[in-house]
Amino acid sequence: MELKINGKHVSIEPESGEMLVDLLRERLGLTGVKVGCNESECGACTVIVNGEPVLSCTYPSAKAAGKDVWTIEGLASLSPVHLPASVEQEDLLRGLHPLQQAFVLYGAVQCGFCIPGQLMTAHALLSRNPNPTQADIRYALKDTLCRCAGYPTIERAVLAAAESLRSGKPVQPPEIPASHTPLEVIGTVQIRPDAVEKVTGEAIYTDDLKFPGMLHGRVKRAGIPHGIVRRLDVSKARALSGVVAVLTAEDIPGERYHGLVIFDWPTLVGVGERVRYVGDSVAIVAAESREIASQALELIEVEYEPLEPICDPVAARSPDAPAIHPQGNLLKHIKVRKGDVEQGFAESEIILEHTFHTAFTDHAFIEPECSIARPTEDGRMEVYVGSQIPYADRNQVARALGWPEERVRVIGQLMGGGFGGKEDVMGQIHAALLANATGRPVKLLFDRHESLLVHPKRHATQIRVKMGAKRDGTLVAVETELYGDTGAYASLGEKVMTRATTHSTGPYEMPHVRADCYAMYTNNPPAGAFRGFGVTQSAFAIESMMDMLAEKLGLDRVEIRRKNALKVGSVTNTGQFLDESVGLKECIDQVIAEMDRLIGQGGDPAARFASRSVPGAPHLRRAWGFAVAFKNTGLGGGAPDKAGAEVELFADGSLEVRTSSAELGQGLVTVLRMIVAQEFNQSPSKVKVLVMDTDLTPDGGPTTASRQTYVTGNAALYAARTLRQAIASTLAEKYDVPPEQVRFVEGLAQVNGFSLPLGEVVAEMRAEGREPRALYEYWAPATSPLGTGGKMHFAYSFAAQAAEVEVNTRTGETRVLRVIAANDVGRALNPLGLQGQVEGGVVMGMGNALTEHFVVENGRVFTDRMARYRIPSIIQTPEIISLVVEHPTAEGPYGAKGVGEIVSIPTTPAITNAIYNAVGVRIDSLPVDQEKILLALESSR
Amino acid sequence: MPVWEKYILPASLQEALEAAASAPGTARFIAGGTDLLLDLQQGRHPPVHTLIDITALAETTALEIRSDELFIGAAVPLSRIVQSPLVIEHAQALAEASALIGGPQVRNTASLGGNVCHALPAADGAIALLALDASAEIADRRGCRRAPLGELFLGPGRSALDPRAELLTGFYLPLKSSGQASAHRRVMRPQGVAIAILNMAIWLARHDDLIQDIRIAVGPAGPKPLRAVQTEGFLRGKPYRKETIAPGLDVLLAETHFRTSPHRATAEYRRRLAGVLLEDALQAAWQRAGESSEHQTVI
Repeated sequence: MELKINGKHVSIEPESGEMLVDLLRERLGLTGVKVGCNESECGACTVIVNGEPVLSCTYPSAKAAGKDVWTIEGLASLSPVHLPASVEQEDLLRGLHPLQQAFVLYGAVQCGFCIPGQLMTAHALLSRNPNPTQADIRYALKDTLCRCAGYPTIERAVLAAAESLRSGKPVQPPEIPASHTPLEVIGTVQIRPDAVEKVTGEAIYTDDLKFPGMLHGRVKRAGIPHGIVRRLDVSKARALSGVVAVLTAEDIPGERYHGLVIFDWPTLVGVGERVRYVGDSVAIVAAESREIASQALELIEVEYEPLEPICDPVAARSPDAPAIHPQGNLLKHIKVRKGDVEQGFAESEIILEHTFHTAFTDHAFIEPECSIARPTEDGRMEVYVGSQIPYADRNQVARALGWPEERVRVIGQLMGGGFGGKEDVMGQIHAALLANATGRPVKLLFDRHESLLVHPKRHATQIRVKMGAKRDGTLVAVETELYGDTGAYASLGEKVMTRATTHSTGPYEMPHVRADCYAMYTNNPPAGAFRGFGVTQSAFAIESMMDMLAEKLGLDRVEIRRKNALKVGSVTNTGQFLDESVGLKECIDQVIAEMDRLIGQGGDPAARFASRSVPGAPHLRRAWGFAVAFKNTGLGGGAPDKAGAEVELFADGSLEVRTSSAELGQGLVTVLRMIVAQEFNQSPSKVKVLVMDTDLTPDGGPTTASRQTYVTGNAALYAARTLRQAIASTLAEKYDVPPEQVRFVEGLAQVNGFSLPLGEVVAEMRAEGREPRALYEYWAPATSPLGTGGKMHFAYSFAAQAAEVEVNTRTGETRVLRVIAANDVGRALNPLGLQGQVEGGVVMGMGNALTEHFVVENGRVFTDRMARYRIPSIIQTPEIISLVVEHPTAEGPYGAKGVGEIVSIPTTPAITNAIYNAVGVRIDSLPVDQEKILLALESSR
Repeated sequence: MPVWEKYILPASLQEALEAAASAPGTARFIAGGTDLLLDLQQGRHPPVHTLIDITALAETTALEIRSDELFIGAAVPLSRIVQSPLVIEHAQALAEASALIGGPQVRNTASLGGNVCHALPAADGAIALLALDASAEIADRRGCRRAPLGELFLGPGRSALDPRAELLTGFYLPLKSSGQASAHRRVMRPQGVAIAILNMAIWLARHDDLIQDIRIAVGPAGPKPLRAVQTEGFLRGKPYRKETIAPGLDVLLAETHFRTSPHRATAEYRRRLAGVLLEDALQAAWQRAGESSEHQTVI
């Protein structure tokens, strides 16, 4: 067939069963086109055919015959005029289409995986509608999903690009408030180092890689939630032409179990062994093509002795429940004790008690898991993967191979989102086992179905809260009891549920606390890390209770929170004395001030949260709701929390910062670049960042717990300072001045009136026998284990949010109109990235409240396709007003503390409290069920 | 094994029908394929030998007035239907329904014919077409015939068409006269599959304050897209006012069979929504009919 692709004539024959995306990616190398779901849901694969955006994953390649196809790779050439951008950005943005320029400038690019689809969809819109409204953009981009949820920035970028295209003038940059105390680089608006390659389609993610002789791996999943493997016959699969290896448990040369903390997860379940969830692996196949590998899976014969699955954590704790693991079903009983809770309740003038339930939710990163393992000629194994913890991957792969860790090299790739869901090993070990067995590179790509079935979820949790207070609203005692469903394997379940427990009494002072959490194994998919890390669940419970308490006492819900809020000098429920950086009250004040400004009722507390009807639509009720939260930065609880970073100066004056810490779209690379640029008073564009390579970058630890800006940021900061001092001492000797007199200004070292380009110092240092680089291993302040009453965490971030909802009293339908979010982040190092985190966090929190429900029934996953698991779209995105509060923490880099999780935590209770305020229906089970709202309204009428 | 062997793009209707008859294995007609391709990929439909693309045929891609009817080709993409001035003028319920199917990219390939052939009881396109009294044009090698739309549905996901011999070429809809209008409404839930919890399309003819004639389609209210003929009969000739609609809803609830579908809605909830949609769709159609006949009545 003949067709045009990106303006060029192409002659190529379609293959049987081939979709356009396969032709583009696999045969023409246009890997800018992404596959997120392969089921017409996510829009990542959008290309333009004859002027219209279509989904190339569901578009037969043969149908493209005679058509005019455009992909992201061709977008720049469609730019009508090559507009000059502003001077400082000219080099960076030259040759890009205004849409691409705008996406870069507005911070619309985060993980980048959805961006080709966003850009092509937006381009098609602007081609037929050069002056789109916000509503037009939302209509056009409705099904082009972004899990980083950069929807507000995408919208603003499309508007700015449209304006530029109409006027012929450069794309106007966004107005982003800087930090309240900006330095030369820190606290100013800076562009991501990887933004340009992500808008041109040049950015390479793991599935975009190909190696000569590469095989394709697939995994035979158990498909039953609980049972014993009685027979396993892979002979037919092995005999299939094109199959190179089929491995079972007995073929594993090293350790048979893996895990992040507890090695309880069988890499392959062998004959006579127990299947604990539907996603358990029983055999792995490597074949010449993915199709053959898939066919081989069908030929593997497995017989199981089925066992009754244990489906909820309360049932799992029952004494007569069968044990899923040898040590029983209790992963951990977590206890928080302060004061005497019985005495506290006796002293209380009011006691409330209520039980809340939260659902499993899925990260639904748009890039599904992919690993490629490649044996090298010198007998090592390279693993290419987007992973949040490269060194843990290395350790687990090496254990399974029975090798020393150094024989394995993890080469981290760009990640299309993680959110905690790429901390556990998924295909890494399987790919390495197959590569080891075959001596060839093996790619192991999950499709969306497999991704949904297999990787750990957010814990479904039952939380009972009993709260005792004085009539004036002073909290006296809080007792909480949590049941966390950690599923089949531990993953990070103990850590997640510990965080849920320690945060379960909210960011409040109270003398008496008893919190008990039972993290239970079940036959559901494992639960592990997910942005919010347990606190998302417990904040929903405690913040609902605070509103219930305020109502019961006839007090203002804001005042009752202010009265009890943690402040400098408070002692937390774990006995930690807070000596600094507690910006909670300022967050509350800022949100309320903004609310009052929007409502315009002169600050009348009663008016703030009143239910209002919509003029002309009396069945629609609107109200604001309010919630606050806190979230630890760093691992805490006595765990050593450290990160290594290395900074090197090159002869061309550029610098590089290296660490294994992960970039999953959140913007760590921007922060590291800014820190090093700041320390050398150098332009950020001169600082390269290399991350996630276990041969080339020092261990930065896990990218989890909102820790990287703080911990790896400090490692980069001190590495930069160490290098700076080394340079200074070299120059000090040469020019015979004290090292303090050496200054660094915009790429120059200044000594005694002399200026020499920074790059020239490289030769000077080498001549002295010094290398122009510095490695720094930063150890965060020590913390104490839970129960010891010391410093549980070295920093906490705080937040308040108000959400305005509209409830349809005829149908129960609910939508969120506006969200005001104030976050105490210590210091806003990277305001553009911070905005992306805040907006994305709010949207993810809204998804947790309203759209997301990972349904498991009797151990079987109902939501096993993207079509059944809905993440928020641009249509549902509320107006988000971000207020940045900066109460610096002394040890943090320039005062910064964690951002990634706190931004998302108060959203759910702010929304559910708003629903109560609007229509009087208390939501105690997530996600919000519109049918239940309607029925509750009817029964109250 | 690939999910299809051969994908062909015939240039004429005759060629398409011949290809279906002579294919060495199973053959299926395909337009946008946004349902069929997913069914094939995900194993809900067995692999086929030949997919016969009907999007390049003059007969299936026309959208035009033919004497006193509106013809919409079965392969016309939904995005074209949404924007078509002819559809907006004569079949507003269909324009509204088509804008709700899939997402923007899907609507650029998905067709109205596919929506009908998939035969789901709550297919927005089928519901709107039913209320608009559409008839289907079906071609086989002997020629073309017309059938009332309702005859195409056998049950959930089951079409009456013979996939080997019959090709749905398009739909004929009566043109709108003065005092007539239509509307389509639905309620979704934000979680789970993007299929309406309940949808409803209403066409009516208005004379002064009377509902002179009316057609109501609703889904899912049984195994097939349902025409609520008893409710129509009850409302026909009655004045448009609250006192009419309330007993009309009782008739509707008596003739529909709302089910509880797990993860989507209970029958109880659907019964409540039926009342909401009846009021809303009726009001929208009534007001539009008033605009087209220069009468205004508000209740």
